[in-house]
Amino acid sequence: MLAYVVRRLSYGALVVLGVLFFLFVLFFAVSTPDDIARRAIGDKAMPEVIEQWKINHGYDKPKWPGPGQWSDNLLVEHYRRMLTFDFGRSDADGTPILDRIAKGAGPSLALTLPMFAIGLVIGLTLSLFVAFFRETYIDKAGVFLAVLGMSVSVLLYIIAGQFLLGKVLKWFPVSGFDPAPGVLWRFLALPVAVGVIASLGSDVRFYRTVFVEEIHKDYVRTARAKGCGEGRIMSRHVLGNAMIPVLTNVVMVIPFLFTGALLTEAFFGIPGLGSLTVDAINANDFSTLRSMVYISALLFVVAQILTDISYTLVDPRVRLE
Amino acid sequence: MIPSPPLAFVPQLAMTEPARAALTSNLIVGALLVGLALAIRSIRKDDVWREAFQQVWARRKVPVVILGLYVFVALLDSVTWVGASGALEDQVAAHEARSVLDRMFTGTTEKSYSAPFATQEFYDASALRHPRRHPLGTNILGQDVLYMTLKGARVALLIGGLTSLIAIPLALFFGVSAGYFGRRIDDVVFFLMNTLASMPSILLLIALIMAMGRSTLSVCVALGVTSWVAFCRLSRGETMKLREMDYVHAARSLGVSNVRIVLRHIVPNLMHLVVITFVLMFSGLVLSEAVLSWLGIGVDGSWGQMIAQAKDELSREPAIWWNVTAAGVALFGLLLAVNLIGDALRDVLDPRTLRERG
Repeated sequence: MLAYVVRRLSYGALVVLGVLFFLFVLFFAVSTPDDIARRAIGDKAMPEVIEQWKINHGYDKPKWPGPGQWSDNLLVEHYRRMLTFDFGRSDADGTPILDRIAKGAGPSLALTLPMFAIGLVIGLTLSLFVAFFRETYIDKAGVFLAVLGMSVSVLLYIIAGQFLLGKVLKWFPVSGFDPAPGVLWRFLALPVAVGVIASLGSDVRFYRTVFVEEIHKDYVRTARAKGCGEGRIMSRHVLGNAMIPVLTNVVMVIPFLFTGALLTEAFFGIPGLGSLTVDAINANDFSTLRSMVYISALLFVVAQILTDISYTLVDPRVRLE
Repeated sequence: MIPSPPLAFVPQLAMTEPARAALTSNLIVGALLVGLALAIRSIRKDDVWREAFQQVWARRKVPVVILGLYVFVALLDSVTWVGASGALEDQVAAHEARSVLDRMFTGTTEKSYSAPFATQEFYDASALRHPRRHPLGTNILGQDVLYMTLKGARVALLIGGLTSLIAIPLALFFGVSAGYFGRRIDDVVFFLMNTLASMPSILLLIALIMAMGRSTLSVCVALGVTSWVAFCRLSRGETMKLREMDYVHAARSLGVSNVRIVLRHIVPNLMHLVVITFVLMFSGLVLSEAVLSWLGIGVDGSWGQMIAQAKDELSREPAIWWNVTAAGVALFGLLLAVNLIGDALRDVLDPRTLRERG
């Protein structure tokens, strides 16, 4: 077990290093520091101004390692700063990036956690229901509705929700955020509902396929043969065995809870990490964008390692080679 | 824009920029039609494929017809030439490369917003140039919304099609070589896949487009980079299974070369996955582009861009609802048709291996 964990961890570390290299190529070689400077201060900036900007933002070193610059170059600097979580200051307005990320995580989680939990419960319930009535008209209608839901853009869900429930019916505030406990839910209710509905279609279809596949397996027939009721088969046997694909799906989503919901946050004015990213795009803020990608990749790798280890706990058949 | 040097193989044809644009667009359409004809021919010759497509047609007549309509509109907007047919109202347009669709809607531009079938402008109530001639109203620039919506079909098919053309061959190449040769190659490809997959796709998309600059091609390349991993993983796994099949062992013991085994015995057995992936990937790509459009880094003229304007338009008083409705319905219709066809294709061609989310 220990050997497995160590091997899994070191592979994860390798992937993180790979992500960092990819980001370096993207943000230092594909778009050079000169491009970044020009986008930040304007196309027609004087060369001296650009040089000064690069010095101020720490982009003035040679890019790659080489003779005489083995430790003093942008690549090494990039790795050193990212790995020590020293993200520096925003290219756009000079505020410390780590502060902004720390501030944004709270509002993001306040939105995404309920969205995720409610969505998971409703999705699993509906898909179990549809799978129970497989091959009937209820199943067909359910799958059709799921495909229908998948064919609508998230943008439309958000816009329609805001317009109908916020502007026309005035049930909820159209947008805004207030962390005070008594008021918070009023601002979160609409974005959470919209988020749940937007992902329901693909969730139900996916979970239904998983369940139906489980139902066709031999052990279900055995259970039925020994006189087990359909309800008990579904709740005890199928749900339990379908947990592996469900768990994979769930864990892959968890990193996104921290990085926030890009569109939902921006549309509803929730000051989380999604809004931070959208602001970074609009302001050509490359250093913030870089840090966001790195942090989410890091969280994803950690989540993946945890899933792999938790497989061994959920399913005794999974062996560690 | 920097004028590109004249093409070497048409030396003495003094072509203007619009004429060259028209030629390129027509060549692309021609190539696509030839490709389609070849595909249909090989499908008709192969029993398995013919039967599969017949079944899909039998089960999904309406979606196939709807998809055909979208393709037809996209073709109308792709066949272009320079010339002044019906452009008397608009002298500038006479010197531009315009498609059949452009010609059908020449000179329909108004000053600004007008409601569907309106006789006057929406805000200043002045008379329209073409009263009651805009079944879907006009947008902020006074362009006919029906026209803009129809034009979006080409953009959507281009995003889905071009991106798949980039991503699927790439994924197939890496997936098959990793699965077939194993060992070092597999390690490298697997590492590459893990690295790309560990970044959330929307952030990766944004980073790629920001770094490459904003253009249609970079949107397609970015979508390609983020979407090839899933199919690569799938084709790698399938290749590993096929590699151990008896007929592959037999071919190898007869001394058939690796390249030939891959091309003759492995890749043809992955083609059904290619077709299903292409169709199922398509809707995801178009949906991603809509999100990118809202972020301001999408493709010009897409439905996503029309929907993205709705945030301002719906908050006006009274609200401008026809623009977002037209684009939303058009997008929804295309994706629903594609998703339904994709589902049927998957049921017919492969009921087992594929079950990841499309």
